Order: sequence, then structure tokens, then C-alpha cells
Amino acid sequence: MAHQKVKMAKQFISAIPHCKALGMTLTEIGDGVAVMELPYDLRLVGDPETGVLHGGAVSALMDTCCGAAAMSHPSSPAGTATIDLRIDYMRAATPGQNVRTRAECYHITRSVAFVRAVAMDDDQDNPVATATGAFTVEGLS
Amino acid sequence: MSRKPIEPVQVVKQRRDAALSGLVHGVPYVQYMGIEFDRRGDELTAVMPFDEKLIGNPMLPALHGGAIAGFLETTAVIGLAWSVLWEDIETGNFDSDELAIGHLPRLPKTIDFNVDYLRSGLPRDAYARARVNRSGRRYASVHVEAWQDQRGKLFAQATGHFLMPSKQDG
Repeated sequence: MAHQKVKMAKQFISAIPHCKALGMTLTEIGDGVAVMELPYDLRLVGDPETGVLHGGAVSALMDTCCGAAAMSHPSSPAGTATIDLRIDYMRAATPGQNVRTRAECYHITRSVAFVRAVAMDDDQDNPVATATGAFTVEGLS
Repeated sequence: MSRKPIEPVQVVKQRRDAALSGLVHGVPYVQYMGIEFDRRGDELTAVMPFDEKLIGNPMLPALHGGAIAGFLETTAVIGLAWSVLWEDIETGNFDSDELAIGHLPRLPKTIDFNVDYLRSGLPRDAYARARVNRSGRRYASVHVEAWQDQRGKLFAQATGHFLMPSKQDG
């Protein structure tokens, strides 16, 4: 059953054109937690001299992952939309390495889901970026 | 003291456009997203033409929040770099040939970026303008407004803080 839900969530994410275009994949989801990965891609570079990924690509990963976490919360009936998202960039992601994000929906009301996320590359001890966001809780009706 | 002769309009425009083009077209992500900049004097308007790959919700359909964030962040970074570069462009202390061969000036680095999503992004072209509220030697604060069909009806806005490149880096 849970396996079925994960499969559906993966299909859902891969059907989003912007996520597909950026090559994002969902690796884990359930109970308000989601893990996603963005492969390093030369087309997404923000600084051609260093080869560091653009903040926009990291934002897209964080936003999708936070939204997925909000939707996977047991109290979330259906879809979601971002109300606001704040990203803190601690350091540049190392060129050539994939970026992984883990998002957690740490509180949810009938109308708002509160989510935080951390983005990492291969150096697991030093986060690349963190995010906090508020998401709508869309009713089924 | 004799005044500097006034340059012909085409010379001035050519220099400004070359600088802007170098700044915008040198960044792969900006190219990938299809973002361009319209210039009127020193005022820039970022344009992100609609494209299928920018969709985040195929059912509505609506633009992806991440694509919107990337668009606003690009507008902020280019707007800030442009405002710093402007004086050098005007005084001619600036080598547009260097830019043309891909030697970009060091760009500001994002410290944090906070996006407000005011309404869903429609499957249309999007526009944005950045206002540099504070630009110091080390830090800068920039606000961005984005709209689609109506200038007064924003669909997203953002505030970001940036670390300025040190002068020694070139």
C-alpha cells in the first residue's frame, strides 16, 4: 500500500514539466517527509567561471520537495501551492555533484502547511542551502 | 576646462547593449530559462516568455514556483550587477569586448531569497523589475516585482540579500 503511494507520488512528480526538464527525481516520500535529487547539469550553471549551479535550479528543487512533503502529510487531503518560500544559501554547491534535498512538513493546520528543507551535495556535513516555506492546504471539495 | 564632447546616440546605445547582452547571455541557466532583458536607459525589465517546460501544475495549468523563483532571482542578480556596472559603462571604464568573449564581471552572490507567491502564474509571458534598495560595499538588498498581463497586478514578489564581489577580484 505504502509502496503504491510512493510509486504514485513519483509518477506525479515526473509528470510536472519543469521538474522533468530539470531532471529531478523523487527518492523518498511519506508522512510529511520527501527526499529529492537534482543531477548536476551544465545547462543549469549560474556562474560560468566556476560551474556552480544557479540558485534558481536549487530553488525549483526545494520548492518541489517542500510541496511534496506538504502533500504527503497524513492531514493533507489533496494538492498544495506555495504561499512563500525563503532560501538561505550557505555555500555554493560543488560543481559536478548532484544536489539532494530533504523536506519535512513539521506542522499543518486546516489551511496552511509549514515546511522546512535542507539541500546537500556529497559533503553531508555542510549544507548547501536551507529553506522554510508556507504552503496552502487544498481541500478535496 | 573643456567639456567632454557628447557621444553620438548609437555609440552610447551600442556600448550599453553590449554590456547587458554579455551579462545576460553569459549565464547558461538564464539562457536555458529563456530570460531576456529589455532596456530603456538604465531601466531593465526582465522577460520570461512562456514555455511548456516552465509549467509546475499541468492541470491548471500554472507556472512552477521554482521557475518563478529562478526568474525573480535572475532579475535581482542581473539588476544589481547592472546597477553597479552602469557607472563604468557610462564613463567608458569598461571593456565590452572582454564581456563579449565571455569574461563576465564577478556577479553578486545570493545570501538569501524570499519569494511571495501572490497568485498562480498563468501560462503566459512574465515580466519583472528589480529595485536595489541598498547597495553597499559588501552587502546589497534588492526587491523584485513580477507581473503578467497587468503591471499593477503582481503575481509574485521577492526580497533578497546579496554579497557583493570584491573589487580586487576584477
